[in-house]
Amino acid sequence: MTAPRNRRQVLGGVAGTAAALLWPRPAITQGTPRVVIVGGGFGGASCARALREIEPRIVVTLVEARRVYTAPPLSNGVLGGLRELSQQQFTYDKITAAGIEVVNAAATAVNAQNRSVSLSTGDKLSYDKLVLAPGIDFRWDAIGGYSEKVSAQLPHAWTSDGMQIALLQNQLQAMEDGGVVAMVVPVNPARCPPGPYERASMIAHYLKTNKPNAKLVILDNKDTFSMQQLFEAAWKTLYPGMIEWVSPSAGGNVASIDAAKKTIETDFDKYKFSVANVIPPQIAGRITVAASVADRTGWCPIDPITFESLLQKNIHVIGDAAIAGALPKSAFAASVAGKLCAAALVRILADQPPVTPKLVSNCYSLVAPNYAISIAGVYQPVDGQYVEVEGAGGVSPLDATLQFRAEEAKFADAWFRTNTAAIFG
Amino acid sequence: MLLALSLVMLPGAAGAATLAPSGVAACSNCHPKAGEVGGDTALPPLTGRRASDIVSAMTAFRNGKRQATVMGRIAKGFSDSEIAAIAAWYAAQR
Repeated sequence: MTAPRNRRQVLGGVAGTAAALLWPRPAITQGTPRVVIVGGGFGGASCARALREIEPRIVVTLVEARRVYTAPPLSNGVLGGLRELSQQQFTYDKITAAGIEVVNAAATAVNAQNRSVSLSTGDKLSYDKLVLAPGIDFRWDAIGGYSEKVSAQLPHAWTSDGMQIALLQNQLQAMEDGGVVAMVVPVNPARCPPGPYERASMIAHYLKTNKPNAKLVILDNKDTFSMQQLFEAAWKTLYPGMIEWVSPSAGGNVASIDAAKKTIETDFDKYKFSVANVIPPQIAGRITVAASVADRTGWCPIDPITFESLLQKNIHVIGDAAIAGALPKSAFAASVAGKLCAAALVRILADQPPVTPKLVSNCYSLVAPNYAISIAGVYQPVDGQYVEVEGAGGVSPLDATLQFRAEEAKFADAWFRTNTAAIFG
Repeated sequence: MLLALSLVMLPGAAGAATLAPSGVAACSNCHPKAGEVGGDTALPPLTGRRASDIVSAMTAFRNGKRQATVMGRIAKGFSDSEIAAIAAWYAAQR
């Protein structure tokens, strides 16, 4: 934390080494910078591919614990029977083939002074710049009776762990007609704010098609939610009487869950369920704590221009783990941030001033077959935070035709195919 | 801490000189490079298109003259000069 961010004067190799001996601050040498990226999702893997494409002289290492990545966007379509789980799944083979070193391990510690990352394999990686893109972790202690262990019975299905989605799908399929599905939905900030309501729509579609006497109750920790008017209007038309949304003021705040008795107690009521999907409150992925880049909120404040942590030099944070004003927690925004962070790193490593970016987010939610809605936003850095550009962005129109909804469903699929092909293909 | 590590920097700025304008990071999330996505895609590639075509499409999306699901909402976030820079960059790609 002692070095100036940019030294205008780039020293030569030998002089740089000599300077390091004389001055208690990082010196600069010329050569092949090494960037280590932790987390191979929409943020981290996008960043790796973009770095490789725009500056092949940088050595890029991607650290990812999973060999198969299950993409969360559109994965609710698997629950609805609209998509196959295999359509959500990608390996890192093409990323390796593109010249990126992929290390199959978990990052366990970061030494910001020595600029090194420790891995679960016992190895250590040194870096010039570190990018953390770990996504979210859960506040496992937030709901009484729920824990990481209990999530093997009552899935969250909210990460890139494909087993969790398969588990929820199997439970829905095994449920009797007439059963009750309970969803427990967290406060914001959380990954993909419209996601729980897309999931409710897709579960309702599955139930309507296969178990028409079943019901879905959403126990929410928020009094309003993303695209609420659009979702509620669609539910009324497509799934009448099937979905009950319970806000905190109506008693939706969950006090505790009993996995054995299959009951959920809220502030006012007790619910008996057949299948429960519990999405706990969230914080940044846990490596951010080890790296000391998460603040008291559990999220990681960043400079919106460079994505560099405000708490540690040479560590950049992208994706759902980062906070900077209105910066949304979406896969789309994470992928854009990955590319913008790559461009900022190339400029910084070439001793050029970073450029103030514009960042776009566009999230599709599947509501029924051939029926999707979206929320878009354009953002720019103002006074150290992302601020939405006025007059731009917004949600799909409330009075749109079914043809419009079908177009959006087509574009949702097209976006997914383009973005995942660019990252994993 | 007495000894600090030496930060390795790139000699010269070849890569940085040809960086895309930041808006391209969003365009390329949906619009594939030619041949990047197999089969039918509902979204046209922008690479290699004439700059004037991209500028007139974005302008029409922005002022609502061209119907769209989401492009109107996105185009409204970009200025004339930003659109021109994005268009020029795409036109120069092969």
